[in-house]
Amino acid sequence: MSLADAVASTRSTFRRGIHPPDEKALAAESPIEVLPTPKEIRVPLLQHLGSPCEPTVKPKQAVALGDEVGNVEAMVSAPVHASVAGTVGRATVATLPNGRHVGVLPIKAGEQEIEGRDLYQDLLGGEWPLEEIERCEPREIVEAVRRAGLIGMGGAAFPTHVKLTARDDKPIDTVLVNGCECEPYLAADYRTMIEAPAAIVAGALLAKRALGARRLVVGIEDNKPKAIQHMKTAASGTAVEVKSVRTKYPQGAEKQLVRAVLAATVPEGGLPLDVGALVVNVETAASIARAVLRGKPLTHRIVTVSGRGVARPRNLVVPIGISFSELLAASGGVLPGAARILAGGPMMGFCVGSTSAPVTKGTGAVTVLTHADLQRARETACVRCGRCVDVCPLSLVPTRIAIAARHKDWDLARRYHIKTCMECGCCAWVCPAQIPLVQLIRMGKAEMATA
Amino acid sequence: MSKPEKLPIPLAEPEAEVPRIHVAPGPHISAPVTTWRMMVDVALGLLPVLLAAVWFFRWHAVLQVAVCALGCTAAEAVFARLRGRRAPLADGSALVTGLILGLSLPWSAPVYVGVVGSFVAIGVGKAAFGGLGQNIFNPAMVGRAFVMISFASVLGATAYVSPEGPLDIVTQATPLTVAKEAAGEMPGLWPLFVGSVNGSLGETSALACLIGGLFLCLRRAAAWQIPASMIVSAAAVAGLANLVNPETPLTVLHHLAGGSLLFGAVFIATDPVTSPLAPKGRAVFGAGVGALVIFIRLFSNYPEGVVFAVLLMNATVPLINRWTIPRPFGAPKKATVSDGARA
Ligand code: SF4
Ligand code: SF4
Repeated sequence: MSLADAVASTRSTFRRGIHPPDEKALAAESPIEVLPTPKEIRVPLLQHLGSPCEPTVKPKQAVALGDEVGNVEAMVSAPVHASVAGTVGRATVATLPNGRHVGVLPIKAGEQEIEGRDLYQDLLGGEWPLEEIERCEPREIVEAVRRAGLIGMGGAAFPTHVKLTARDDKPIDTVLVNGCECEPYLAADYRTMIEAPAAIVAGALLAKRALGARRLVVGIEDNKPKAIQHMKTAASGTAVEVKSVRTKYPQGAEKQLVRAVLAATVPEGGLPLDVGALVVNVETAASIARAVLRGKPLTHRIVTVSGRGVARPRNLVVPIGISFSELLAASGGVLPGAARILAGGPMMGFCVGSTSAPVTKGTGAVTVLTHADLQRARETACVRCGRCVDVCPLSLVPTRIAIAARHKDWDLARRYHIKTCMECGCCAWVCPAQIPLVQLIRMGKAEMATA
Repeated sequence: MSKPEKLPIPLAEPEAEVPRIHVAPGPHISAPVTTWRMMVDVALGLLPVLLAAVWFFRWHAVLQVAVCALGCTAAEAVFARLRGRRAPLADGSALVTGLILGLSLPWSAPVYVGVVGSFVAIGVGKAAFGGLGQNIFNPAMVGRAFVMISFASVLGATAYVSPEGPLDIVTQATPLTVAKEAAGEMPGLWPLFVGSVNGSLGETSALACLIGGLFLCLRRAAAWQIPASMIVSAAAVAGLANLVNPETPLTVLHHLAGGSLLFGAVFIATDPVTSPLAPKGRAVFGAGVGALVIFIRLFSNYPEGVVFAVLLMNATVPLINRWTIPRPFGAPKKATVSDGARA
């Protein structure tokens, strides 16, 4: 433990981690705007961990906004819906930013019933009647969430109804709403907390009810005082506690949040539910409220488009299936110094190979980095400085795992707990020798799986 | 790993130059720390010690350190050339080795000692293992040990003392020699602390070492666990020795402030390459060096023990690393391993 960590342990946080530069100011004060309906969207048929959907509509069929267009009979799956009203085209294949080739269902936009400000109101505005929550049966909540095609929108992309299904063997004591958004540049969750805190509170209460949990806490990093304020106001008079946690990356990682807020340690290889906790992201919570109280499926999401490589950083409500290039165009386009376009933030985001890739339910941000942001130092030899060990939130020895992976020494990799790594990238961020530690670890895990 | 992006990317202005978009795995940003910056930090940490050395030993210190700094840099270039590589001088590690080697020598060491020490430090201590990051033994200490043994006559206890010495302080024996041979009067603690006593160039001023060490730890160029555990363990062993033999002129504080214990704790044992990776391992390593230093001082013919203590512990680092693999977050505590880490 470093001295700084020892001092910090008196405040709500986890051990180790890093402090990448905060770049949220670029987009944090831009109110959420609704994008005009694009001419065409392509709905990916696999947007979550689990089984891919089959199209449930035929080519040339007319669909309304929110109609189900893909589904599959599997427990771990979530249906997909039309995010614009229009005509379905023939399914093709697209490459998602994470490199997966998946089927996509194109929909040509026709006449829209709801657009612009009305769409915003429908998604985030209006009343969120808390008294109705008491009348909802847990089973109904789970079913509504399943039908709405909800998945974790913080990046994990796990179907939400599976998480909300109460299990007798692992009862949930506390629902934790993750308002940390610890990646630099990202501000979508922040804006949602400011503009639609009531929806988040309603969704959180629904999650608590579905699971029969006792406690409900929203954890927000202390660099977001405005969000904390808005959430506190919205939560007053409800069972929701709002707790500020220390600003540090990766505070938004589930295990680290559980550690910070509940002072509980999720066992290695386990999930928060092993310590009676369930973590939902704020936007997921808002979508739960919308699914249950308004019967609306997940068709849109809020995306931060930011970075010094984009002309006008902002937060946008976009239909799922819209292409990255349209988001960039809507943000004033890419500047000449741009070097990388990322789906997500700079720590864990994926490079977009082609800007024609569609936005999925899990896409929270598009970050455009410039050459100046990228340090192009050459990799040098490991000087065994141990900095990577000092920052790993999971107490691993990243340099050893990475070197084992490089030499394909799977025994050694296992001895140093390669599978435990959550790929947060702290180690690679800090390495003075510029060794691509997490990249090597990721590759090692993949090769081990096939070896 | 990266390939230029294909269009269309919407551009900011119609005339805008098309950016070359690359793909690469994340994380896409990194801390503004490079190996070079770490070495610069070490050099800055050495500055107080260097200044103290120059203050007390005048141009002798300048000459000695310059010879070793140049010697190590030249050696790095030569050995890199021999191995058919570009000389990695840019990382600054050879320079740091040179500074430390120079500061660990007595003022009177002839120039050839510095040169030979430098070449052995870099050649045997580092290049033979495959260069930066591959060596097991602290290069500066390899060089120091080699010249200590090879040129025993010019580097023994008498090397420090010159009755007609150009400077006041060099007319006295070094404090640890005094204690060992009962040859003269032990200096008081204050001179030991500020450094107005005889000794190797960098070791005399405890104060300068502490200032430099604090800087290094704050800059995280050195792991604080190593100097901390080394000082605590040396104090503990020295304290025990005092209990057993209350007659000795060396109190715990004499042990700590005299000789190169502090210099070693701060600048030598903390060499990242040759010390363990994980915090617990570093603590074990530091404790080992600290204890060995006192053992060597008490039981060997050498008045000083840092060189061999560090080299001995260097040899155990692979084992220490293996024994002190940190327990991953959330992993069950093994009953057999007692471990103070909070989960
Ligand atoms: S941070 Fe980089 S140089 Fe330091 S020990 Fe880890 S891998 Fe090696
Ligand atoms: S990427 Fe893995 S090894 Fe690196 S810091 Fe994160 S959890 Fe630790």
